[in-house]
Amino acid sequence: MDAGAPPVKARGLVKRYKEVLAVDHIDLNVRAGDVYGFLGPNGAGKTTTLRMALGLIVPTEGKVELFGRDPMREGARALQGVAGFVEAPRFYPYMTARKNLQLLAALDGAGAKQRIGEVLEIVELSDRAGHRVGGFSHGMRQRLGIAAALLRRPQLLMLDEPATGLDPAGMRDMRLLIRRLADEGITVLLSSHQLPEVQELCDRVAIVQKGRVVYEGALSDLRRQGGAGYRLRCTDEQRALEVTRAQAGIANVALGEHGLSFQAEEPAVGALSLALAGAGVGILALTPELATLEDLFFRLTEGEATPPAAPLREMAEAR
Amino acid sequence: MSAVAQAPPALIRDAAPVGARRPSLLTIWRWELRKLIAQKRTYLGLALVVILPLFFVIFQSARHHHEHGGGQGVFVAQITQSGLATPVLMLTFLCLFMLPLVAALVAGDVVAAEDSNGTLKTILTRSADRGQIFAAKTLAAMTYATVAVFLSAAVATAAGVIAWGFHSLTSLSGTVVSAPEGLLLVFASNAIYLIALFAVASIGVLLSTVTRNSAAAVVGTIGLVIGLYIISGIPGLEGIHPYLLTQQFEAWQGLLRTPTDWTPIAHSAWVCALYAVPSLIAAYLVFLRRDVAGG
Repeated sequence: MDAGAPPVKARGLVKRYKEVLAVDHIDLNVRAGDVYGFLGPNGAGKTTTLRMALGLIVPTEGKVELFGRDPMREGARALQGVAGFVEAPRFYPYMTARKNLQLLAALDGAGAKQRIGEVLEIVELSDRAGHRVGGFSHGMRQRLGIAAALLRRPQLLMLDEPATGLDPAGMRDMRLLIRRLADEGITVLLSSHQLPEVQELCDRVAIVQKGRVVYEGALSDLRRQGGAGYRLRCTDEQRALEVTRAQAGIANVALGEHGLSFQAEEPAVGALSLALAGAGVGILALTPELATLEDLFFRLTEGEATPPAAPLREMAEAR
Repeated sequence: MSAVAQAPPALIRDAAPVGARRPSLLTIWRWELRKLIAQKRTYLGLALVVILPLFFVIFQSARHHHEHGGGQGVFVAQITQSGLATPVLMLTFLCLFMLPLVAALVAGDVVAAEDSNGTLKTILTRSADRGQIFAAKTLAAMTYATVAVFLSAAVATAAGVIAWGFHSLTSLSGTVVSAPEGLLLVFASNAIYLIALFAVASIGVLLSTVTRNSAAAVVGTIGLVIGLYIISGIPGLEGIHPYLLTQQFEAWQGLLRTPTDWTPIAHSAWVCALYAVPSLIAAYLVFLRRDVAGG
């Protein structure tokens, strides 16, 4: 393992199944210490990308490296320090949880067997260790999947929808676990549909749409660039609506229950406040509102249905 | 899972990550066997090869009291005179279809079942190379075939000896061999038969790898055996008979002649290799480069 190499570096990754282009020249850059969200609608190519990263499927073009090693060329050696699961973690249903972990520990070597009790405790499955996995609930299997990953003492954890199918408490616990692991310095690549989960956990994200990355970068940048929105409460909303609409540099003006909302860059907002004062409208509150990840996600991935805000559209087009 | 928040960091990351050293093939093979042992269906094939000799001995014992023997062939004629005739007869019957079926049951399932259950991706993302996993699975299928053959032979021998005694055996050439030598020949015959059975298992592993479907692989393997029997019955194709896999199933009988006739055994060895080696090489190459997209 090259200590200086990034945990995940994908370049021009393509996967084609006959006529279907599942992954279309994806580039990813996961840095050490990232909690990296990998977002996209169903069928966007997230799982296929993760499978290529783990060496489970062969890329049609391009390559992916984990800590500088190509799983296609170096096989299991490239997975040193890497663990995780793609889609739902799968186990042998006719064997107990402990037996499953013993098997995986045997395939890992290097003292993984000694940690079975510890990882079972971490995911709170110690009392079910002697039960067959065939009788486990979905949530228990997800937790066992995390336990199996932790056996490898990973430096990079790749998790595909880890909270899917969990109840609210299970989802909260899963978030806590991921946060905990990230705090310990483990790089996490988290593929998820749970946008609040990604917003809470991730510092960097890649959003994929139809096999292409439409955004990759810091989540804070995305929210800042995409969410130059403001909310205005004032003494005369109808008059304010007319003034705001007439003002240059202001878009998407709407009057709602909680006042006026619009999108604008800072200079235009300054000019608006002066214009409102000149029109005799008193400003009660003028507050900036960052767009939620959910807003941005839908703007980027459902571009045809909801036109993206100008900065986002430019950003997506520039890529 | 609320204990997560309290989990000390040392539990999760207190040393270098694992995976720097690959597990040995022996370790992976042992776990493949444990998986087989943990599955009920594994015992179905074994039960067949155990029950049939027992049923045979019980039936023959009852029949002997009423009819005083009978039947055709050297070993059929001495069935009640030496318990060692029983395993030879059982191998004669089982080698043609039942043992290939039992070998195909596991060989056809060994890769495909893991693929359809999604556990292939689980084991392929650990520290063992694909080649090791494939080798261990192939070895496990061969081990199962070996166990089936020798278990059947052991049960048939034990049941035969209990019913009719541990006596000398008359070989196919008419020579009488002592009971200990007869016992040795019984187990050597089973060992020779394994050559052909390994070829069947190799084809099963290939179909299991290529089709990713257990039923298709098992049925395909057995279908091939049946197909070869049909071909061997077609007039005008006698020239290819020596090269049909099914013709090798009885090569072990060369051991039961005096002196030992090695010609059919040697011939069987290379013909079986012609079926087994390309099958395994093809299966290995497919397994190495296959997309694991199931599960």
